[in-house]
This record gives sequence, C-alpha cells and structure tokens, in this order.
Amino acid sequence: MKRRLLLLLPLVGFLVLGAFLYMGLSINPFDRDSALMAREFPAFELTTLEDPERVVDASLLEGEVTLVNVWGEWCPTCKQEMPQLLDLAERGVRLVGVDYKDTREKGREFLAEFGNPFEVNIFDPEGSLGFDLGVYGAPETFLVDREGIIRYHHTGYIRPEDVRETILPEVERWR
Amino acid sequence: MALITRLLLCLLLWLPALGQAAVEVREFDDPVTEQRYRDLTATLRCPKCENQAIGDSDSPIAGDMRERVYLQLQDGRSDKEILDFMVNRFGDYVLYNPRLEGRTLLLWGLPAGLVLLGAVVVVFMVRVRRRTSARDLSAEERARLDALIKRERTE
Repeated sequence: MKRRLLLLLPLVGFLVLGAFLYMGLSINPFDRDSALMAREFPAFELTTLEDPERVVDASLLEGEVTLVNVWGEWCPTCKQEMPQLLDLAERGVRLVGVDYKDTREKGREFLAEFGNPFEVNIFDPEGSLGFDLGVYGAPETFLVDREGIIRYHHTGYIRPEDVRETILPEVERWR
Repeated sequence: MALITRLLLCLLLWLPALGQAAVEVREFDDPVTEQRYRDLTATLRCPKCENQAIGDSDSPIAGDMRERVYLQLQDGRSDKEILDFMVNRFGDYVLYNPRLEGRTLLLWGLPAGLVLLGAVVVVFMVRVRRRTSARDLSAEERARLDALIKRERTE
C-alpha cells in the first residue's frame, strides 16, 4: 500500500508545478520594485522648466519629504493623473516634477492646460535623469525622504484610490 | 514594359534595407568591440517590453540603453561594468542571464538538483530490481529447471 502511494509522487509534483506556474500568470511584470529603492536619489545638474537660467541638483530634494513625478507632454496617462497630483499638492504634499524628453514649450503648455501641482519642474530633455532613475516610461513617481533617499516607487498611472490607499500613507510614514 | 517590371522588382528588393533604417548604424573601431556590442544588446532585456532584448526592440528606452552600451564600449568599459551600470538603474530584470548569488541559488541549482535526484531514483530502482531477480531459486524451482535442462540435452 505504501509503495502504491509512492506512485502518486509524480502527480503531486506536477500539481505543485502547475499551481506555481498558474500563479505566475497573474503577476504584473510592471509591479517590480525600482532598483533605486532605499538608495540616494541620483546626482544630476539640470535647469528648471520654469527658468532656463536656474540650475538645480539633488540637494533640491533634501529637507522635506518630496514626491517626484516623471511626466511629459507626449504622455497621455500623465494628463489623466494630473487631478490626483493636484489633490496631493492640495493636501500639503511637496511635489517636484521631472519634464522628461520634452520641449520647454510643450512642457509649459501642458502645465498651463492641466494645472501645475509642482513646486518646481526639473527639465530633462535628453532623459538623462530619467535614465539614472531607471524610468522606462512615464508616468513614474518616486517618494524621496528628508535625506534624499528613495523610499517608494510607483510605476504608471496613479488612480484616485492609490492616493488614499498607498501614497498618502507612505508620505506620512517617512515624514 | 519588361523594363518597368524589372525596375519595380529592383525597388522591391530595397524594402528590407528600408525597414532596417529604424535601428541605428553604429561604427566600431574593431570587430571585437562590435561583437561585444552585439552580445551585450542581445543579453540585456528591455525593461518596457516583456520578452525582447534591447537589440531587438523599437521601444524608446531600448534605444537609450543601446546608446549607453555603445558609448561605454567606446569609453573602454568592461562588459561587467556595463551590465552593473544597467542593473543599478533597472534592476536584475534586465539580465537575461541572472547572476549566480545567494538569491538565485535556487534558480540555478534546481535543474541540477532535479537531474541528480532523478539519477538517484534510477540507481535505487535498478538495485531493487536486481535484488529481486537475483533471488535464489527454491528447491522445487531448481528441480524443475534441472529437469528442463536435462530434457533439452537428451533431445
């Protein structure tokens, strides 16, 4: 009898493997963590969208918990997520934008049309800061703590419920 | 008329060349660097598109990554430095060949482990079977066997 049960072993193995692979089907490949988590915000030296004369660097993000949002005029999802960002700004969260692979003109038009929740916008026409942040598509959002360390990362669209359920609690956590 | 058809055919032959225009033409000083570029862009996975190497992808980020690989090769960086540079930004996800380290031990070890387990099972089964077949004959069986052999001989 014991030996008979042993014959079921391959079937059990197959079922375990099947369950494992089935679970894999429902994993969202874009849910993976940023490689920069718990690391310093990458160094950069870029002008602002507002003022081509003003050069800013990573010290811009120190001293206060800041939400850095990477956007671009060419990115439709960024337009959809602006109301959520405006809501966050209204709740007192400090936002800094990165205008990614854009022209100054178009970036300004975008803000004029969809509102500007950002204290300042870093102008990144070549996408060099975006590259160092590991951004592979806009929008992407990073939470940077007071010391300039990246603490949270959100890839893609921020839904209104994401503001309440994840982003605001994360901001509170690092304040 | 025949001339026109021929000219049109010639034009058609140009189509594949036009299609390739989307991927940049790179110039290399030596064939070794060119081969390294090809290998690196084939082994780095595009972070935006799930199952394409950056060398195959039209995604803007894949283009940016190819550019960085090219520039760093020109700078004389080693393959490992270039891969580290990418992993630092985009994570292990971009490596088609995951590195052998603590976290990936199971990934690399499981296939070898399973083969080993299979070998152990086969050896075990062969031994069990050999033992049952090598069992001594009972007195009755031996008598029957002797009788059979004797009959064979006398015939």
